[in-house]
Amino acid sequence: MTTTVDAGRPTAQKSSRAAGPRRGRPGRSGRAGRAWLPYLLLLPALILELLVHLVPMVIGAVMSLKEITQFYIRNWTAAPWSGFDNYRVSVDVDAPVGEALLHSFFVTVGFTLLSVALCWLIGTAAAICLQDSFRGRGLLRTLFLVPYALPVYAAVITWVFMFQHDNGLVNHVLHDQLHLTDKPSFWLIGDNSFWALLTVSVWRGWPFAFLIVMAGLQNIPRELYEAAALDGAGMWQQIRRITLPSLRPVNQVLVLVLFLWTFNDFNTPYVMFGKAAPRAADLISVHIYQASFVSWDFGTGSAMSVLLLLFLLVVTGVYLAVTSRGRRTADV
Amino acid sequence: MSDSYRSPMAPPRSFLWTRRIFLTLLTGFVLVPVYVMVSSSLKPLQDVSGKFRWLPSGLTIRPYIDIWSTVPLARYFVNSLIVAGAATAGSVVIAVFASYAVSRYSFRGKRVFTVTVLSTQMFPGILFLLPLFLLYVNIGNATGIALFGSRGGLILTYLTFTLPFSIWMLIGYFDSVPRDLDEAALVDGCGPLGALFRVVVPAAIPGIVAVAVYAFMTAWGEVLFASVMTNDTTRTLAVGLQGYSTLNDVYWNQIMAASLVVSVPVVAGFLLLQRYLVAGLTAGAVK
Repeated sequence: MTTTVDAGRPTAQKSSRAAGPRRGRPGRSGRAGRAWLPYLLLLPALILELLVHLVPMVIGAVMSLKEITQFYIRNWTAAPWSGFDNYRVSVDVDAPVGEALLHSFFVTVGFTLLSVALCWLIGTAAAICLQDSFRGRGLLRTLFLVPYALPVYAAVITWVFMFQHDNGLVNHVLHDQLHLTDKPSFWLIGDNSFWALLTVSVWRGWPFAFLIVMAGLQNIPRELYEAAALDGAGMWQQIRRITLPSLRPVNQVLVLVLFLWTFNDFNTPYVMFGKAAPRAADLISVHIYQASFVSWDFGTGSAMSVLLLLFLLVVTGVYLAVTSRGRRTADV
Repeated sequence: MSDSYRSPMAPPRSFLWTRRIFLTLLTGFVLVPVYVMVSSSLKPLQDVSGKFRWLPSGLTIRPYIDIWSTVPLARYFVNSLIVAGAATAGSVVIAVFASYAVSRYSFRGKRVFTVTVLSTQMFPGILFLLPLFLLYVNIGNATGIALFGSRGGLILTYLTFTLPFSIWMLIGYFDSVPRDLDEAALVDGCGPLGALFRVVVPAAIPGIVAVAVYAFMTAWGEVLFASVMTNDTTRTLAVGLQGYSTLNDVYWNQIMAASLVVSVPVVAGFLLLQRYLVAGLTAGAVK
């Protein structure tokens, strides 16, 4: 980080010289009477957050209490109120709509837990492997970031090609070359689609964990390792006793972010399966999308979104409370 | 672990072997799809329609010529460039202002602002899609400003979606720039904005580049809003690429060629700037 600070210094001197002649400009001196300045600086961000995040959220909550079909799209405020009917439909697990939503919810939870665990594991292992310098380290680091850098649709569509039944690489390797299956499998329909989706999600997601852990590793002081080595701690012990505990604060945020992004991911399943995902890989965001835009039932779709948001709020709150408390007791 | 008395620079054999095997497998996992993408884009159509083959029967650059006429790829490309470029520029400028305010000033409502902005990060995109869709349609009906179906609406949406992460990261980064630097500039007669643009911004370039890369990649790859909020003339690459699979034929070699062509700008930019990204994350997000 020293380089950046040093880089800033000459600029500072240069700019103060450049600013010299303008010193007399009115209203440009002193910080008193500038209480409005931070608000002015925040204003553009505030307006956009209001317009694109907060107002739509309120609208969404209102919409979930209405019966909105395609007849009311142009003038949704005129749609009739329906109370909590949309919610009742969404959580009624005995009826088809509620049952499908619950199923989709469980699929998403299972998928997210597996994907986050694998992404974290691979990312951390790779970052630790690349901690010390060896030949080819820079090349590997660049290479490992490629899946993350590729646009979602380009990466996912390549996987779709690989998962094709007749002309895909996966069946060619598993069936034709390794003879592991009796006949070529279907990967994009049926139960296998869950594993296909998980593979793609992990392939795309682990480099992010790698990137963050790599950044976190740079903040661990070198002396800690040297002291441990003097005390006779081997490589594995150093990883267990120094590296992993030092990464705890980073991991707390990383796991949460991975969880939220994976849980809410729309791009991967949508590019893989299109508007109608197979039942085994029916992730919740595509499910809600389908419930709203394919069947044009915006009221129920909104109710589902609100339920999803409540769930994520509770999970995030509990997660932060538990991990922060664990951290505090560990520090004592 | 018999050699634990060696210097910390020389890891034990067991570690070296585990590392070698793990990194080899991982490299394979990462590279196979990339290889498939590159090799298939150079194959004639019969190679990608029949059984998969590792090596092409013959190399052709035909797919790279055909992709521009099968679908209006150039138009999608321009749309994506405009949308992602404008969203990135807007997001960076607005995030710089907001982060500077949070990093350098104490004011009422600061905590509420940061918490609110950050918490929007956890909301599912699908939650905003329906209301935003209706909001844009209604604004269009009321004022005549076409947000729905236009590039402007998409730019506005992407810009806002990348703001929380950008602000969060830049606050951390600005905090790491010594205050003495901008205090000195203030003493020298720069206004607060002068201090920001002449001192803080130049010192925080790695963080700003990291934020810009993130914003551009997000906007370039987004599918959900692009699929609902664009029409034939404003369609971006994310949606446009689906045009290669017609009912009768799927031109896999063209799909792979097009995927490669649209990936090159972001991947090249990302890999060139990855040094900044790691530095930016180290100082900003990961603290």
